[in-house]
Amino acid sequence: MRRRYIAVRIDSDGISDGRDVYDAVSSSILRLFGECGASQTELALIEYDQETKQAILRCSHRALDLAKASIVAVTEANNEKATVHIALVSGTLKSLRSRIPRPIA
Amino acid sequence: MTFFADLHLCPPIGNIDQTKQMVTKSAELGYCTLGMTFPIEVAQEEIRKAREVCKAVGVDLVTRIDLTPRRATDLLKDLRRLRRMTEVIAVGCFSKEVARQAAKDRRVDLISSPSTDPRKRFFDSAGAELASQALASLEVDMAPLLYMRGFRRIRLLAALRKEMLIAGKFRVPIVLSSGANALSLLRKPEDYAFLAYLFGLDFHEARKAFSENPQAVIERNRRKLSPDYVAPGVYIVRRGEDCPGT
Repeated sequence: MRRRYIAVRIDSDGISDGRDVYDAVSSSILRLFGECGASQTELALIEYDQETKQAILRCSHRALDLAKASIVAVTEANNEKATVHIALVSGTLKSLRSRIPRPIA
Repeated sequence: MTFFADLHLCPPIGNIDQTKQMVTKSAELGYCTLGMTFPIEVAQEEIRKAREVCKAVGVDLVTRIDLTPRRATDLLKDLRRLRRMTEVIAVGCFSKEVARQAAKDRRVDLISSPSTDPRKRFFDSAGAELASQALASLEVDMAPLLYMRGFRRIRLLAALRKEMLIAGKFRVPIVLSSGANALSLLRKPEDYAFLAYLFGLDFHEARKAFSENPQAVIERNRRKLSPDYVAPGVYIVRRGEDCPGT
């Protein structure tokens, strides 16, 4: 099954760990596309770097458009205002890591 | 580098600090031209301050006025008075009469529907046909999609999806704008293009709605406002004693 890896940058003071990023994005998917849509995305958090406030998320390639729209629609995380910007999308983790300007550890 | 314009940035006029923050953030996100709405009676001093802020961060400022007339005659009166004073004129349509007049008037650049109630949105096939002849564009603000929740957002998305289909059918240019009045509502142009997936606009069309379409509006109006403009299609290309016939 093909997947896509999405590098995102988070603008928020309320994020303490990767779980908050995942919760914010998955609740945005749930709000916009419901449970059926959320099940299609197969969203997973690969890693989160607190220092650079960057995260890598994984989703099904069929639901990429849906995942990207939901990521951009995030307005809060952990009850604080938050903005999530999509930095890069790639088919493999290796290629994504090589293209991120400030690589995540 | 691709040209990206946000024709509807709404910082609180008079609050120079917040304006500076929003303009700086927009520049960081990749916009090179910003349109700001100034109230009709705003002092020239405020416009000059905003222009200085934009110049400091290397962004081009486009002055814009939003009209929300109650009747078509009010719209005509406002257009006659304001057209030569500002670079972009947007009309928020609250009635069918105004929507029709705005669509057919060549002095109107952007047509928008501020209401989320589908019964109070008046962009239909007849309006789209008129707008495509008059070169008016359909403007969509993205901020409501971010701050709205539940049934209101559902209604807005349904209405936008319908309007996108009509605009596509009649080849009415679409202009996407942030409509942001706070930092948290600002996104990159590409991010907004991803968000446009929600109302059925594909990525390339959405990107065009942030770059080529607003650029065309700005260039057309700047040409019209220049002293070399004579009439539609007629411009002074050279002045001076060496011109034949002078």
